[in-house]
Amino acid sequence: MKVMLCQNCKLKEATVSITRFIGGKKEELHLCKDCAEELLGGGDFLNFDFSLPDLLGTLLKQASLPRWEEIKHPTVKCPKCGLSYEGFQEIGKLGCSECYKTFRSKLTPLIKRIHGNMKHSGKVPHRAGEELNRLREIEKLRRELEEAIRKEEYEKAAELRDKIRELEGRRV
Amino acid sequence: MNVDEVKLEWIKGIGPNSTIALSSRIRLARNLRDYPFPSVAKKRDLEGVVQRIKDVLAQDPYFKPFTLIMLSDLNDLEREALVEKHMISPDHAKSGNKREGALLLENEGVLSMMINEEDHLRIQCFLGGLQLSEAWRIIDRFDSILEKHIDYAFDEEFGYLTACPTNVGTGMRASVMLHLPGLVLSKKIGRVIEEVSKIGLTVRGIYGEGSEAMGNLFQLSNQITLGLSEEEIIDKLEKIALRVIEEEELTRKHLFKTKGIELEDSLWRAYGILKNARLISSKEAMELLSKVRMGVDIGLLPSIDKYKFNELLIKIRPAHLQLSVGRELSPEERDKIRADLIRESLN
Repeated sequence: MKVMLCQNCKLKEATVSITRFIGGKKEELHLCKDCAEELLGGGDFLNFDFSLPDLLGTLLKQASLPRWEEIKHPTVKCPKCGLSYEGFQEIGKLGCSECYKTFRSKLTPLIKRIHGNMKHSGKVPHRAGEELNRLREIEKLRRELEEAIRKEEYEKAAELRDKIRELEGRRV
Repeated sequence: MNVDEVKLEWIKGIGPNSTIALSSRIRLARNLRDYPFPSVAKKRDLEGVVQRIKDVLAQDPYFKPFTLIMLSDLNDLEREALVEKHMISPDHAKSGNKREGALLLENEGVLSMMINEEDHLRIQCFLGGLQLSEAWRIIDRFDSILEKHIDYAFDEEFGYLTACPTNVGTGMRASVMLHLPGLVLSKKIGRVIEEVSKIGLTVRGIYGEGSEAMGNLFQLSNQITLGLSEEEIIDKLEKIALRVIEEEELTRKHLFKTKGIELEDSLWRAYGILKNARLISSKEAMELLSKVRMGVDIGLLPSIDKYKFNELLIKIRPAHLQLSVGRELSPEERDKIRADLIRESLN
């Protein structure tokens, strides 16, 4: 039998089905347990028995279900801190370093508007920037190598070439 | 910890061009890679950041001459006094006590660091005169030593990652505090502000709201933080600062030639009021101190040490006045104590 995937995450098997009527139109949602918990707020919804207070609570919760469109086009949230791009626009601040990866395509033009030039050319931290430091060093040595060859300083050129090879071998 | 007595190196008035360039300041924004930024961080994350810093302080002897203060250990007045010293931001003073805000202070008042402000770390180096390169040398070292112990949030393209994208790249804001009464008096300041903004720098008043600059004090700083290296930003800023200083000096000479006795009278009057007033508002005091300072600079008024002017700029502010007497004061009471303090200092 074909497994129905959750309509929200499209990854896990849908085990919860919800039917609701909005303006006389029938809507069906099929969600996995995790998404259902997240979207419907709370595990009690999934384990309810049919006592009256529980049923009422469930109906009230259903009334505040997210709109179908929101579920079809879920807001992208940063996996590390949970901030959405809309949230960023509201507070003007990003939530964590991962946000810069999550929202990169949207942030790039914004940062370009603010700063003009796009590439960092200042200080690089030793720990976080080891790879970049290595690439910059190679680039610098290559320029020196060209210069040495141009000046026909072959002994120096050989030394530089060895250094470059050594650095290139030390890929992180 | 007595906030009233927290030292500030720049106040001494030592350093090149310290007649017009009161201070040079560099600030670096840094974040810890593994913690969410303060605006979205939970209390335990913020506590984690403080603990990481505490661990580093205990580990590395470089940090021996530093003291860590939790803002929640201070009262409102003490936090406000740190704002007046430019050691913490108004925002940090307001919410830092509830959000694990802290301040790391170095004994001589050159280096300091806000913890859990907009970014996890805001390192600051403050020197007298126009000495941005020296300030960079000092803060660069501090930053590198700190970074030996913690992983910064960094991206090869965007550089140091900050809560607000306006600060990414170097995360550096360098600024010079300039005293420009000549350019204000001759109304040239508007053009200077305009010209400077065309090359990625900004000039704004330090005290007072919006464009109004109390005491003719302005801050010249870089706006762009991405794409240029720290040295390039500093070099540009230093060159422009020198140009502005030169223009201020020329303008003062010119004003003196054209407005001779009128200007002389106004400066002497300012001197007279400051030496005799019994009540003075902060605004009037700033205005007159600016005039007297210029009068001393051009050799018209009796010599007064720059240290006194610099010190007064901070000591006449409300929180400092109240801390100095150890109780809250009404605005009228403050005007009296402020006048007393200035008279004492100048006589």
